[in-house]
Amino acid sequence: MFEFCTDPGQLDRLAWMACYLTTTKHMAIYWSVGTVLILLAVTAPAALLMGFGGAMAARSRIAPVSWLGRAYIMIVRGVPDIAFFMFFVIALDQFFEYIRHEVKCPGWTEPIRQNGNFLVCPEAKLPLSSAPQYIHEIYGFTLAVITFAIIFGAFAANVLYGAMRAVPQAQIETAEAYGMSRRQAFRRILVPQMWVYALPGLSNLWMILVKATPLLFLLGVQDLVYWARELGGAKTPRFTDYPHGDWRIWYFLALLVFYLVLTRVSEIALDRLMVRLTRGQATSGGEAQRKAMIA
Amino acid sequence: MTCWETIQAYALRSVFSDRFTWDFTLFGHDFSLALGAEKLLPRADFDLCQQVVLIGSGMIWNIYFGVLTLGAGFLLATLVAVARGSRNPLLRKPAEWFILVFRGSPLFIQFFFGYFCFLALKTAHPAFAPFTSAALGAAVVLFLNTAAYSAEIFRGALLSIPKGDTEAADAYGLSGWPRFRRIVWPTMLRLAWPAYTNEAIFLFHSTTLVFFSGFPATSQRGDALYYASYFADKTFNPFVPYPILAGYFILLTLIIIGLFGVMNRRLNRHLPEARRARLRLRAGQFLR
Repeated sequence: MFEFCTDPGQLDRLAWMACYLTTTKHMAIYWSVGTVLILLAVTAPAALLMGFGGAMAARSRIAPVSWLGRAYIMIVRGVPDIAFFMFFVIALDQFFEYIRHEVKCPGWTEPIRQNGNFLVCPEAKLPLSSAPQYIHEIYGFTLAVITFAIIFGAFAANVLYGAMRAVPQAQIETAEAYGMSRRQAFRRILVPQMWVYALPGLSNLWMILVKATPLLFLLGVQDLVYWARELGGAKTPRFTDYPHGDWRIWYFLALLVFYLVLTRVSEIALDRLMVRLTRGQATSGGEAQRKAMIA
Repeated sequence: MTCWETIQAYALRSVFSDRFTWDFTLFGHDFSLALGAEKLLPRADFDLCQQVVLIGSGMIWNIYFGVLTLGAGFLLATLVAVARGSRNPLLRKPAEWFILVFRGSPLFIQFFFGYFCFLALKTAHPAFAPFTSAALGAAVVLFLNTAAYSAEIFRGALLSIPKGDTEAADAYGLSGWPRFRRIVWPTMLRLAWPAYTNEAIFLFHSTTLVFFSGFPATSQRGDALYYASYFADKTFNPFVPYPILAGYFILLTLIIIGLFGVMNRRLNRHLPEARRARLRLRAGQFLR
C-alpha cells in the first residue's frame, strides 16, 4: 500500500509492520469486519420481525396458529443453538434446490436422495456451477443470514411474547371500554407500550447476537475467524514477502479485544436507549426518573 | 451388522479408537473382557442405529465437559462473586475484569485464543503439552467461562440477600466465616438457583463448540455434534443426525432440570410454599 513497501526485507520493524498490516490479504480481514457489521445490521431487524410474528402467532386465538407460535418459541430451549446453525444451513440449501428442481425439471425421474447424495438437475443447482465466485459467497452469506434470523427470531419471539403479557391488563381493558376492537387495542395500546418491557430482553439478545457472529465461520463464510487463522499461521519466505512464525495467538487476541469493544459500546448505547424509553412510563424505572427530575 | 453389534463396536468410540482385551483372573476363574471400539468410523451404508449409537457415544464428551467444568466453575464463581463484592479494590478490580472479559467476548473466540495460547506455551515448556488436547485445554477455557457467568449470577444474588437476614445474623453475634457459611452463602444459593440452573443447561449446550474451535479431535474421537455433522456431511441428509442430537440434548436438559429441581427444593425447604422460587427455563442471558 505504501511506496516504501517494495522491499520489505530491508525495512525496520515499524515500517515493516505498517506494510505487513496493509497487504491485500489483510484488506480482506478488514472487509470481514464489515461482513460482521452487515450481518448484525441485517439480522437484527429480520430477527425482530420474525420474533414479532412468532409472538403474535403464539397469542393467537386460533389454536393451530398458537401452537405453531409456541413451538417456534420452544425450539431453541433444550437444544444447542450451534446444532440449529449447522442444521439450517444444509436444510435451507436443500429446501431451495428441491423447490427449484420441482419447478425447473418436471421431467426428472431419478430420485433426489440416493446413495448418500442429494442430486437435483443441473439447472436447479444453487448457485449455478457456472456462476462466478462472488455469487457463491453471496449465496453462502444469505443462507447464513436466514439461519441467524430464524434462530434469533425464536429468541426474540420469546422476549416479545413476555413483553406483550407484561403490559398492564388495565390498559387493554380501558381501550376496550373506549370501544376499540381487539386489533385496534393491540396496535394503539399494546404495541407502543410493550417496548419498555421488551428492551432488557432485547438488549440481552443483541449481546448474544454480537457474540454469535463468529459462528459464521462454521457456516462456511470467510469471516474474521477464517482470516485470523489464515493470516496468523506461520509463513515461510518462499511464499510471502512477510515471513513470520505462528502469530495466530495475536490475531485471536485482537479478535477478543474487538468483540470486547463491540459488546461494551453496545452496552453503553443500550443503557442510554433504556433511559430514553423509560421516560414517562408507569414503571418503577420511570418513577425513579421523575423523582430525580424533581429533586 | 445388527444393532447390538453396532453398539458393541461404537458405543465407546468417542473415548477409545481401538479394541483391546483385558484378561484377568478373579476367584480362580479366568476372564476376558473386550473393551474399546472399532478403529474406523462407518463410511458407507449408514443405518439409523449407527447414527444413534455414535452420536450417543459423543455425548460422553459433552457430559464430561459439562460436569467437570460446572463443578470446578462453581467454586471459582463463589470466590469471584465474593471478591467482586469486596470493598478492597485489589480484590474487586481483578474480579470485575475477569467477569467482563469472559462475558463480553464470544466463547468461540475464547476457545481459539486458549488453544493457540496453549500451543505457544507448549513450545516454551513441554509441561503444557497436555493442555493442547481438548480434554484438558478446552475444559480450562470452559471452566473459566462458566465461572465468570456464574459469578455474575451469584453477585446478583448476593446483592439481593434480604437485609433482615444479615441483620439477624449480626444480632446473633455471627461474623466472618460462620456468618458467610451459615447465612450468606445458603441464601445466595437459594436466590441464585433458578438462574444457575439455566446457566448449567446452556453450559452443556456450549460444550458442543469445543471440537469446532481449534481443539483437534484425535483419531475422530469427538463429541455428539462432531459425529452429527460427520453423518450430515457423509449422507447429505441433515434430517436424521441433527434430530437425533436434539433428542439427546432434550433428554440431558430434562435430567439437569430434574437434578437441579431436587436441589432447589432442598434450598427452599424452610420457606412457606408461596415464597418458594420456581425453576423457570429462560433462554437469553446465558448463551455465549
